[in-house]
Amino acid sequence: MLSIRNIVKQYANHRALDDVSIEIEKGSIFGLLGPNGAGKTSLIRIINQITAPDSGEILINGEKLNSSHISQIGYLPEERGLYKKMEIGEQMLYLAQLKGMSKSEATKKIKYWFEKMSMETWWKKKVEDLSKGMQQKVQFVATIVHDPQLIILDEPFSGFDPVNVEIITKEILDLNKNGATIIFSTHRMESVEKLCDNIALIHKSHKILDGRVKDIKNSYRNNTYRIEFSAHNSDLNLETEIFEILEQKEVEEGTQITIKINDSRNSNDVLAYLIPKVQITQMNEVIPSINDIFIQNVTTLN
Amino acid sequence: MNKILLIIQREYFSRVKKKSFLLMTFLVPTLFIAMYAVVIFIFIKGDDDIKNIRVLDESGVFANNLQNKKNLDFKYISGSYNQAKEDLLKSDADFLLYIPKSYEAKNSIEIISEKKPGLTILGDIEGQMATVLQNKRLIEAGIDTAIINKTKAKVSISAKQLTAEGEKDASVGATFVVGFVAAFLIYISLFIYGTQVMRGVIEEKTTRIIEVIVSSVKPFQLMLGKILGIGMVGLTQFLLWIILSVGLATVAGTLILKSDSSKEKIEQMKNNPDQALQQSDGRADAFLNFSKAADTVDFPYILTTFLFYFLGGYLIYSALFAAVGSAVDNETETQQFMLPITLPLIFTFIIGMNFIVNNPDSPLSFWLSMIPFTSPIAMMIRIPFGVPVWELALSMALLVAGFIFTTWVASRIYRVGILMYGKKTSYKEIAKWFMYKE
Repeated sequence: MLSIRNIVKQYANHRALDDVSIEIEKGSIFGLLGPNGAGKTSLIRIINQITAPDSGEILINGEKLNSSHISQIGYLPEERGLYKKMEIGEQMLYLAQLKGMSKSEATKKIKYWFEKMSMETWWKKKVEDLSKGMQQKVQFVATIVHDPQLIILDEPFSGFDPVNVEIITKEILDLNKNGATIIFSTHRMESVEKLCDNIALIHKSHKILDGRVKDIKNSYRNNTYRIEFSAHNSDLNLETEIFEILEQKEVEEGTQITIKINDSRNSNDVLAYLIPKVQITQMNEVIPSINDIFIQNVTTLN
Repeated sequence: MNKILLIIQREYFSRVKKKSFLLMTFLVPTLFIAMYAVVIFIFIKGDDDIKNIRVLDESGVFANNLQNKKNLDFKYISGSYNQAKEDLLKSDADFLLYIPKSYEAKNSIEIISEKKPGLTILGDIEGQMATVLQNKRLIEAGIDTAIINKTKAKVSISAKQLTAEGEKDASVGATFVVGFVAAFLIYISLFIYGTQVMRGVIEEKTTRIIEVIVSSVKPFQLMLGKILGIGMVGLTQFLLWIILSVGLATVAGTLILKSDSSKEKIEQMKNNPDQALQQSDGRADAFLNFSKAADTVDFPYILTTFLFYFLGGYLIYSALFAAVGSAVDNETETQQFMLPITLPLIFTFIIGMNFIVNNPDSPLSFWLSMIPFTSPIAMMIRIPFGVPVWELALSMALLVAGFIFTTWVASRIYRVGILMYGKKTSYKEIAKWFMYKE
């Protein structure tokens, strides 16, 4: 769907993007992750043709990015904004028409979405009369009203209350199910981890990692487990060559240990060793979060 | 192209629908007509407030020689100075004019009143006394009064302009007024509508809707659409003002003229100005001259050039205002960038009012009416005096070129500026934006 190839964007004093290449599959939900100032917004602006890259190219469905693609992209910028004194309905119509819809088509679509999001009574209202959460809903509708194939959401959940996060998430997943490709851009990595199929990590204008979330996480598993058992005996001797204890602490129901299983051993060996000694209540594999992986990557880079 | 139309539409209708637009549209012509009506009213009614002046003349030179006028009523009294002063407070007389025996000494003549006397009354009395004194001295020198009356002269120059079509009345007064009004309107409206463009840009930037919009249209399209939309608001406003003013003036005119015999009075004065001039005092002079001169001004020509220079000037300055708007985060930061934009406007206006009106064909006037940044004001002042066609054509062509150039410069700053938040902008920064390649 979207191929980003060797994009370089140079501003006067710093390089916002340095040779960034990303492939985004059709129909996927893609997470563009990285801390503030990493270059995410610069990349998004280039995809939206707000600015142009110094070198590199972007292809949409194999076609070089051009102005005919504007109507196929829906963009929710990080900094939300609408005309404060303009009626909502009129404003939606204006924005939809700017995306290339005809007036009648736009009217129909907006009415459909207003009904779906239970906003029918807002048509004649002005933005300044709405609460912040309501404004976010309006802005979301403005982003998707023209049925874009590619939806780019920059920090989509900032400013939403939990109820609206739920509603918007559901709508996004529905749109995805109907074939739209979604790009999430955020610095709060845990917020989109569960939604995304694929991610790319951007740090200091470089892409440091990308791929399927599952694959990335698997590659960062390191045989670490967390085990809880109901014994308060701190004298318990758990010295063994099967695993080493990374951490041991008292919890309400007993003791919790975090272990790293030594190579050539597996979780069954651990259980076999522990069962005669204590009563196990829980055992989980510790899978690193994207955030952990990110931090790990950044620290090794530095 | 279609998208620019959409933007123009939004900019236009969102402003025309505002209550403040309607208010301005009706208020300005109403005020204008009201002012005009007051002038006519004062002219017809005159100053009815008669001032009673007691004259205590110890010299005996002026007694019975001061003439009563519409608003001055002289009464001659005798008695002591102090007594007269006391009586003044008790009586309903307004002034006491005291002329001592040694009146020729400086500052010896006094006028005493409860309130300060107006300048016109003082001037009037001084004038009359001077005439009396002058006559007295002429007689003393042995000149016959008949000769004195004969030598009184009144001169009124009638200006005529020689053109290919023949002689025309060239009334300098009316020319000045028309040029002044046109230049002033352009000066004011460049500020008003230019600032509106700037505010619009800042609004889009601070509400951050700019990012949504420039993901749909090119920044240049947005800027141009905004400028054209607001320019059309300005044109609409002017058009409504002209229509309303003419309409209201016609209505008000017939109402006032119908009300009493004043219609005859004005008609009579127009048809028979010499007689009217003898009857009245000064004010009618100006009124007549003005109404006569107004007939000589070619309004359609002035109006066409006015609209052209308004549009051209507006397009130049609003592009600059848009660039300023894009460079700042809020209106208070605009100050440092406004000065270089407003300076040429203010400069031309001041030069125009003081120099160009007096020397419409001087080299300075010529160059100011050629430079695109100053020509909208300078040329409007010159036009009523008559400008050669080639000068007008050159000035207009330069204005169009200037507009294309400034729009190009402004759009290069604008496209970068609108996406820059939270940084204080300097001139150096703006120069850098201008140099960025696409």
